[in-house]
Amino acid sequence: MKVKAVAQNNVVSVKILVQHVMETGRRKDETGKLVPGHYITEVNAQHKGERVFQAELGPGVSKDPYLAFQFTGGSVGETVTISWVDNKGGTEKADSVISAV
Amino acid sequence: MDGSFCKQILMKEVGMGVSRRQFFKSVAGTIAYAAVISTVPERVFAAWNQKAFMSETMAAAIAAKYGNLPIEDSAAIQIKSPEIAENGAYVPVSVATTIAGASNITIFSEANFAPLVASFDILPRMRPDVSLRLRMAKTANLVVLVQAGGKLYKAVKEVKVTIGGCGG
Repeated sequence: MKVKAVAQNNVVSVKILVQHVMETGRRKDETGKLVPGHYITEVNAQHKGERVFQAELGPGVSKDPYLAFQFTGGSVGETVTISWVDNKGGTEKADSVISAV
Repeated sequence: MDGSFCKQILMKEVGMGVSRRQFFKSVAGTIAYAAVISTVPERVFAAWNQKAFMSETMAAAIAAKYGNLPIEDSAAIQIKSPEIAENGAYVPVSVATTIAGASNITIFSEANFAPLVASFDILPRMRPDVSLRLRMAKTANLVVLVQAGGKLYKAVKEVKVTIGGCGG
């Protein structure tokens, strides 16, 4: 997962790019068998111990999901922690240090 | 194993005509995948609304997500999306609202097999402005609902899709 967090005037803009198949569960493989669904269901972000982003996703989100959001009250040098979980229990967590514009 | 390294392997394998499926069967793939799975699972996730995400109609998805809250059209929701999306597999969409007290933004693609795409809770420090890339099966309306208090506000924007993005 790649995370970029940039602060300007107390507002932090966060961009997230996750490597994930986001398999819908409706696609068939070469032999005609349905490929089981495998997709991220939840993504959240923490800053200074407080939740600043919370999203529920489904199979309608593109492969290798891109997400962007903004939150207030953050400055350069502080850390934002992004976590996600998928429908098979897979999970990943990443810390990103907020940088200047 | 470093993520970019895995990506390099993936790119290379795919380039050589090996399918992603076969790639994950390879040893390198197994290690890379296991590394993701074993990362500290924290119990910080709320309950995912399976019923809403699996609903096959807009009405069913809205009912599963919000119950029967009243819905009214709103000009205070901005949907940014391409007028024509050449590839329905990656449609870039941004949604913002100026509705006071907005607590949730939910995005639907009306013609998808499961219309509910993503739902964002607007937490106290979060700005009601989100972006993502989503799949659209065919030319259809994007529908955005914003919850504020006990009401839902709605905005609609059509996206023409040249090649559908849901893999049949």
